[in-house]
Amino acid sequence: MLQITDLAKYYNGQPVFSGLDLQLPAGRFQVLLGPSGCGKTSLFNTLTGVTPADEGTITWQGQTVPHLGSLCAYMHQKDLLLPWFSLMDNALLPARTRGRDMAGARVRAENLFSRLGLDGYESHRPNQVSGGMRQRCALVRTLMFDRDLILLDEPLSALDAITRQRLQHLLLLLQTEFAKTILMITHDVDEALLLADDIFVSSSLPMTLIRRIQLNQPKPRAFDDPDLLHIKADILAHLVKGKAV
Amino acid sequence: MNRSGLTALGLITFLLAGWEGAVRIWTVPVFILPPPSLILKTAVVQAPMILPHAAVTGAEIVLGIVLALATAIPLAIAMFARPVLEKALSPFLVASQAIPVFALAPLLVIWLGYGMASKVFMAWIIIFFPITVSLVQGLKSCDPEYRTLFSLMGASFLKTLTLLYWPWALPRFFAGLRVGVSVATIGAVIGEWVGAQQGLGFLMIQSNARLQTPLVFAAILWLAAMGMALWTLVGTLEKKIITWNT
Repeated sequence: MLQITDLAKYYNGQPVFSGLDLQLPAGRFQVLLGPSGCGKTSLFNTLTGVTPADEGTITWQGQTVPHLGSLCAYMHQKDLLLPWFSLMDNALLPARTRGRDMAGARVRAENLFSRLGLDGYESHRPNQVSGGMRQRCALVRTLMFDRDLILLDEPLSALDAITRQRLQHLLLLLQTEFAKTILMITHDVDEALLLADDIFVSSSLPMTLIRRIQLNQPKPRAFDDPDLLHIKADILAHLVKGKAV
Repeated sequence: MNRSGLTALGLITFLLAGWEGAVRIWTVPVFILPPPSLILKTAVVQAPMILPHAAVTGAEIVLGIVLALATAIPLAIAMFARPVLEKALSPFLVASQAIPVFALAPLLVIWLGYGMASKVFMAWIIIFFPITVSLVQGLKSCDPEYRTLFSLMGASFLKTLTLLYWPWALPRFFAGLRVGVSVATIGAVIGEWVGAQQGLGFLMIQSNARLQTPLVFAAILWLAAMGMALWTLVGTLEKKIITWNT
């Protein structure tokens, strides 16, 4: 369980966000949705410890922590694979940077490679495989962080519909098969609707949570689900209102 | 041979033929402008005499390059790791380039003597700058999203440097190195002009004074060949090392 209480960040005396409260029960997929320019990047940087918070506390499994930098894994819409390493070496990066037991890590990575249909491609370079394979490799790397909490940074934005569908399935594996707790921060409503168990809608500057929506629709979801379209209209109304204030 | 290679070959043949023809038609004296055929002949026939000089100049250039690499790489990394250092040192780096090397050459000969040291130093000054600047730029060009990824992996600076920043900077580093080696000959030759007992620059000055113009050109030809060989070597090395940038 991740608990964020009264988190605040100021920039030149102006709050980017203040009094931000969020609770993430273990194993849930939660999405913080705000208009673009709502301070998404600032929140992300504060949570990961790139820039420290000015106020508030972050608690992970009962322990107060300064930030989530050493507790979470990170997945981005870009695969962020290093072109000079093979897929296997890319997947092993988290183990390598922390100087972990490499033999054990390799066995785990090999298992994940075969689970995600990448076996036989261990020694291929990222530019030798398809975009979908690169994303699967990025997923293996995310799992190799060996952390229960995953931060997603607009993972499906700027993708075409087919890639979006494919990656949606892949990201859902994080929750369904690997039992991760996921916090996604995005300005993309569709992305939130496809993936979230809970959506927190925020207004922009200062970022304030204005609506919480629980989604019980089974996943994977389809874009044109009437229920989702209904919710989408509601969210958009709130986003527009939030922005006008 | 590819199209660009053929074009280059055609262009050079055309220029040389024009030169050869013009010199013969207007019977220009050899000590003013020798025809290319004579230059080539001199470069080959006199090779036993030219080669020891070429070896000296070549050694100066190579030592200059090695010295430049040994100093530019640590400095660039330090400047990248500590932006304060970059801010503090940048004016000095630029100033070092604003001073013409020609102006320094006589002083360097006074300080370091007529031997190889002053020429190696000259080559070093010239090569050092493009390598340092391009490497710093290359290191800084790393995508911030990759940096976030590495910081979340808990990677130390050294790990991030070797696994991320360094390979990321390699293409720019090689671009700088290529500029460096192609101008390295200038430093060594100027050093030899000012004061030396051997080297291609020394041979050029000596032959020039005796109006042995074909020999001057022959020395230039050897110098150009050395420069091109170095350029090709760096290019080959780059292709061998950077295999992912396709």
